[in-house]
Amino acid sequence: MLEVKNLSFAYSKNGRRILDGVSFHLEQGQFMAVLGNNGAGKSTLIKCIDRINPVTGGSVLIDGERVGAMQRRQLAQSVAYVPQNTQPAHTMVFDAVLLGRKPYIKWGVTAEDERIVAETLEMLNLKQLESRYLDELSGGELQKTMLARALVQQPKYLLLDEPTSSLDPNNQHEMLHVIRDIAQEKNIGVAIVIHDLNLAMRHCDRFLFIKDAKVFSFGGVETVTPETIETVYDLRVDIIEHKGIRVIVPY
Amino acid sequence: MQNNSAYGKNKYRNFLMLTAMAVLLVLFALISLKCGSYSTSVTELVKGIFGAADARINAVVQGVRLPRIYTAVICGAGLGVTGCVLQAILNNPLASASTLGISQGASFGAAFAIMVLGAGTAGLADSFLVSACAFLSSMLVSIIILALSKLRAIGPEAMVLAGVALSALFTGATTLLQYFASETELASFVFWTFGDLGSTTRSDIALISVVVAVFFVYFIFNRWTYNALDAGEHTAVSLGINVGKTRVINILACSFVSATIVSYIGLISFIGLCAPHIVRRLVGTNYVWLIPGSAFMGAVLMLGGDLVARTVISPVILPIGAITSFLGAPMFLYLLFKGGKKRA
Repeated sequence: MLEVKNLSFAYSKNGRRILDGVSFHLEQGQFMAVLGNNGAGKSTLIKCIDRINPVTGGSVLIDGERVGAMQRRQLAQSVAYVPQNTQPAHTMVFDAVLLGRKPYIKWGVTAEDERIVAETLEMLNLKQLESRYLDELSGGELQKTMLARALVQQPKYLLLDEPTSSLDPNNQHEMLHVIRDIAQEKNIGVAIVIHDLNLAMRHCDRFLFIKDAKVFSFGGVETVTPETIETVYDLRVDIIEHKGIRVIVPY
Repeated sequence: MQNNSAYGKNKYRNFLMLTAMAVLLVLFALISLKCGSYSTSVTELVKGIFGAADARINAVVQGVRLPRIYTAVICGAGLGVTGCVLQAILNNPLASASTLGISQGASFGAAFAIMVLGAGTAGLADSFLVSACAFLSSMLVSIIILALSKLRAIGPEAMVLAGVALSALFTGATTLLQYFASETELASFVFWTFGDLGSTTRSDIALISVVVAVFFVYFIFNRWTYNALDAGEHTAVSLGINVGKTRVINILACSFVSATIVSYIGLISFIGLCAPHIVRRLVGTNYVWLIPGSAFMGAVLMLGGDLVARTVISPVILPIGAITSFLGAPMFLYLLFKGGKKRA
């Protein structure tokens, strides 16, 4: 289990707290949406979990072990992170995904590493792109490639920072569908920073609302209420059912 | 398992590229062995490498031509590979020993040894003092940059800018020393800045070889770390890399190799910048191929430059530093614009 206990973060010693006493937990196989307004601290939170940002207070534990005390390589074998923006380099897709095996590479790449990459590319329907270069891919293909890189780390937990922000609605839906299926199949806990509440409602089973650096609410789908959304986003909404699917409609 | 895939084919293609560079290097070495005022057949010269030719040929090959070729190969490889690593860890395509001020630091150290300590005008001990001062001064530059980065927690861009500022500072200090120097000291210093592959002793070559070989193994071992840094700092951290520590260790390692080379053979600044960029065009951005490729290309450029320097107006030997820049810059510009935005 991934446990975040009373986590705080500030960029400087006496600076404004970007995160203040954040606590929640995530089980393997769960799919959690991290929600809140711009600047609420959502991206900072997942960076703190993966030690990209150093926490200023509290702790993050994986299966009871403090992340701060873990070897970086060991942490990278448990947690994978997909950043919000990827500058596509002139790197072959296969090489870019193979990089995800870095936490396991000692002297050189093994046949096992190459097999895992080939299988993951196959699973994400990226096989036909393996010899293309990242700077030749569409936004959706690039995001899928970054997801593939994270998956070959064989993590227990996957942290995704707005992976759908630059995608069209069709690709957004497909991307979350793929992530959810893989997370269930491979028993990976997923935390995804996302702005589209309807996409989150459709695919996620846990919801963490952050407001003003603190957790406003955390729980299952029952926590997504018009009142919560109005308080967190300052937006009045109705939640209606359409063809058996709950839909959030602003008014 | 991936041998028949597009990825497998790319691996095979890159391996062929490295082999082609190695063949080109051997070819240049043989041509270099042949060129000189004493003319004889290649067979005799190759025999001379093993001491199996007549005494005169053995002396020319083992005493003059082979040490020069070996110095060019090992120093070119060292400068090429350090340029490649510096570009990776500073995430800057312009990074090299010159950009970071390491070469200018060496230049100041040599000027200080010649003009203040009175070395470099006669004798082997004098030349050792020049090399030692050049080495210490260039290491001082990298230590100042690292200390600044630690004190103010600056990023790689600011480190390169600090290097540019220190370059200007040391160039200014060198100019001041030159202003007050005598004609003999000035001549001695200017000769040092030209770069010279022909003045290294066997022990110098042995020392440079050990330094380049040890750090080359270290750089090869870290090739996947450079790939991770190339993917962005956050990605690198998430792949288990301590970015700050990696940067410090690698800057020190690159400075050590560059300072050792420059302190013995003088200022040859273009190879560290040029070689990795040429290799990127040939094998792509994967450091698995870039590191050995940059070493080969650095050696090819240095040896090719030396060949031109020795033959273009023979028997006069032109300064190697000027020749490598003179030939390397147009080649670099050609490759840059030929490839458009790719691999920039």
